[in-house]
Amino acid sequence: MSETVNLIVNGQDKAVSCSANTTLSQLLREHLMLTGTHVGCDTSQCGACTVHVDGKAVKSCTILAVQVDGSEITTIEGIANQGEQHAMQAAFKECHGLQCGFCTPGMIMASIDLVQSGMDLTEPEIREGLEGNICRCTGYHNIVSAVASAGQKMREA
Amino acid sequence: MSNELIGARVLRKEDNRFITGKGRYTDDINLAGQTYACFVRSPHAHANIKGFHISAAENAPGVVAVLTGLQVLEDGLGGLPCGWMLHSKDGSEMKQPMHPIMAGEKVNYAGEPVAVVIADTYEQAKNAVEQVAVDYEVLQAVVDTSSAAEQADIYPDIPANTCYNWELGDAEATSQGLAEAAHITRIELINNRLIPNAMEPRAAIADYNTGTEELILYTTSQNPHLARLIFTAFVQIAPEHKLRVIAPDVGGGFGSKIFVYSEETTISWASKKIGRPIKWTAERSESFLTDAHGRDHHTMAELALDEEGNFLALNVKTTANMGAYLSTFASAVPTYLYGTLLAGQYRTPSIYVEVDAVFTNTAPVDAYRGAGRPEATYVLERLVEKAASELAIDPAELRRRNFIGKDQFPYQTPVALEYDIGDYEASLDKALEMSDYAGFASRKDASQRAGKLRGIGLSCYIEACGLAPSALAGSLGAGVGLWESGEIRVNPTGSVTVLTGSHSHGQGHETTFAQLVSAKLGIPIDDIDVVHGDTGKMDFGLGTYGSRSLAVGGSALSRAADKVIAKGTKIAAHLLQTDAENIEFDAGEFKVIDSNEGKTIQEIAFAAYVNHDFPIDELEPGLTEKAFYDPVNFTYPAGTHICEVEIDPDTGVTEITKFTAVDDFGTLINPMIVEGQVHGGLVQGIGQALLENCVYDTEGQLVTGSYMDYCMPRADDVPSFDVGMTCTPCTHNPVGAKGCGEAGAIGSPPAVMNAVLNALGQTDMDMPATSEKVWQAIQNAAASN
Repeated sequence: MSETVNLIVNGQDKAVSCSANTTLSQLLREHLMLTGTHVGCDTSQCGACTVHVDGKAVKSCTILAVQVDGSEITTIEGIANQGEQHAMQAAFKECHGLQCGFCTPGMIMASIDLVQSGMDLTEPEIREGLEGNICRCTGYHNIVSAVASAGQKMREA
Repeated sequence: MSNELIGARVLRKEDNRFITGKGRYTDDINLAGQTYACFVRSPHAHANIKGFHISAAENAPGVVAVLTGLQVLEDGLGGLPCGWMLHSKDGSEMKQPMHPIMAGEKVNYAGEPVAVVIADTYEQAKNAVEQVAVDYEVLQAVVDTSSAAEQADIYPDIPANTCYNWELGDAEATSQGLAEAAHITRIELINNRLIPNAMEPRAAIADYNTGTEELILYTTSQNPHLARLIFTAFVQIAPEHKLRVIAPDVGGGFGSKIFVYSEETTISWASKKIGRPIKWTAERSESFLTDAHGRDHHTMAELALDEEGNFLALNVKTTANMGAYLSTFASAVPTYLYGTLLAGQYRTPSIYVEVDAVFTNTAPVDAYRGAGRPEATYVLERLVEKAASELAIDPAELRRRNFIGKDQFPYQTPVALEYDIGDYEASLDKALEMSDYAGFASRKDASQRAGKLRGIGLSCYIEACGLAPSALAGSLGAGVGLWESGEIRVNPTGSVTVLTGSHSHGQGHETTFAQLVSAKLGIPIDDIDVVHGDTGKMDFGLGTYGSRSLAVGGSALSRAADKVIAKGTKIAAHLLQTDAENIEFDAGEFKVIDSNEGKTIQEIAFAAYVNHDFPIDELEPGLTEKAFYDPVNFTYPAGTHICEVEIDPDTGVTEITKFTAVDDFGTLINPMIVEGQVHGGLVQGIGQALLENCVYDTEGQLVTGSYMDYCMPRADDVPSFDVGMTCTPCTHNPVGAKGCGEAGAIGSPPAVMNAVLNALGQTDMDMPATSEKVWQAIQNAAASN
């Protein structure tokens, strides 16, 4: 049965007709062609699909589109400001915090939420905060540096 | 070559698309008229198939076709081949079971595909899979590596489930060394089976055009040309000129995407049948079940030493699990990538190794980051550390005493390799200093006062990379030469398109190769783009694995750049009306020697395409050059890793308090990228040592089939790293590079285990050293005291 889900995605109003069992990640990837959000496991273990729902990091593979009806969704495609990269995007590049790039969108979205949540940006806090996102390439070393670096800039801004 | 870009930490050119969500991975691609495939997989590890019932699925909504293993048989499709022929010690060829792309008569591991459902939508295909019924006659599964040879035969024509009994080295001299020893250290080890887990699951889209009879396959491959070759020459799905294989952005590989698998092969065959594009994307559980696994060795080894601690002989006996079928490079991994590395960094005069490769009813096992070399390093470095403990010699000192000296290169080992260059003491000394090895005793005291156990462990590894000198590889059974190709197109307006047969799936080639070409040609790096991963764009390539891309693919580009300069010199000579001998090239400019006259390479490129007056018999238009590079030897990256741990005896939890890696990769083009490769490798090695373990139950069911059960290293499981470099440039390739992709995963497991055992005051434990296992070891030791 088809449902209509009303969302604001990356600042734009969207009304999407989809079946009731459509996940948010499917809605983003298959209905809105926002393929920057990746699916790595389907079981909310890897975090590659992390997006923001009303400003909070959510694993989009494990929430139904109908559950977020009326919400504001931000994906990796929507965090740059008029072409200027978000501080977290810039820091991932600057610190070599990505290799294959597959976990990167989810990692960046989770990291932004981590900084915005106001937690201390010490290495142990960052590592614990990123515990829900798996990266197989970087060994996390440079991701931790990127989050610390961007976090400082975001809080100074 | 201008030097400022060689060794520069240039930020990656590829990053912008990945950090903005504009990467283009296989599952991101959608084609008009696309259908979706879902596979029916065997729930049993070992069973005869008695019948397929597919009519309900065929009539389900949206279903386009249901194809089974029986149709694969009827169509006479070839099996998936293993590309490396091994011979047993009696001279007989290895045994290779037929590996059908889908099983029609018998299944040999749980998860093996037996049928595929193709439907208009993914949901329809997935729902219809539930309606395919298969009758099975379940057979006893063979699972255990060590006892596989004693169990019932899986294949009637493969006695004792044995693929080969291989040997290398001098058995007699080794026996004699053992007989003359003042001390023999013995060890029995299991190298735990691992599941690669690239974060992007495997995926493919096959698009057959009935009008042109052309098949385009998008697939998550580390080597698309090799895939095309196998599809054409072995499986015979399409002729090579009608088959284009594209590996777009690929989300990590670690070896698991080298191989040609059932799924992309099946949908290629099926797309031709239905005349529509078919997409398949693995769910993570399918990745766990069917991506080729890694490691899985059971080894007994003995090291003979004289009274001064000099190594006299090493004897190794290994049983290696191949899984149910021979994957693409499987046979070479526990032999030529393992036995040949058992000399390590040492002068051990006699070495003998026997490897029995066995079949089991488990997923195929093949190369996973390091591939054979981590297994060799693990045996050797655990053994050396145990010997040091038994002889009460400092483990760093025992290693130093046995190192091949820096003045002894080239060094012929007793296990077939000739190391070209190295300085093992330099790496050891730097690692000892960086890790404050001398201060360990006081840190241990401090831990003890806090009720904690502290340990330190070393690992001095070597690897053979840069696969591979074709003649040598061919003589050892490789089915293909392992050179690489590179092409440099200097476009008329001076920008450059670089085409490489290497493939980048995280390694940063688009930056490193651009740096190399920029340094050679003096063209700004922003004007250079690197293209890879498309058989329609470059004519051939062998892909990326075995830390080969820069050493082999980069060398091909270096040669191609030399040809561009040579051609440019001729054009410059023509334009400047002088002889080519009077032209010198430096920093992007062709200059007439001893004059002010010259032309930039951009001017030469323009002239190369637009001039009207080339003497065409002597000078062709254009500035595109191609080169193939076939290495004359392997490269030998080596280094020392030192791990320090603190264990809480109440919980058994191991914390890595400091990890130091000092590596000699030869010349570095981009140290930032190299360090990133080390970090990633270290965490895969630490994962193996402390967390990861692939477990099958006795019926061949995969117990660790999800991220809930298979423990992937997460950010809070691992520390930050201290990475240092030493440098002895490779002597035989034009770049001087040795390769850096696997070192972290090779060097770290024994360093971690040696540290854990040092903390516990014990000498035996298998990976992974989980908190439960460590806690139990502490309890057992307390009970026996």
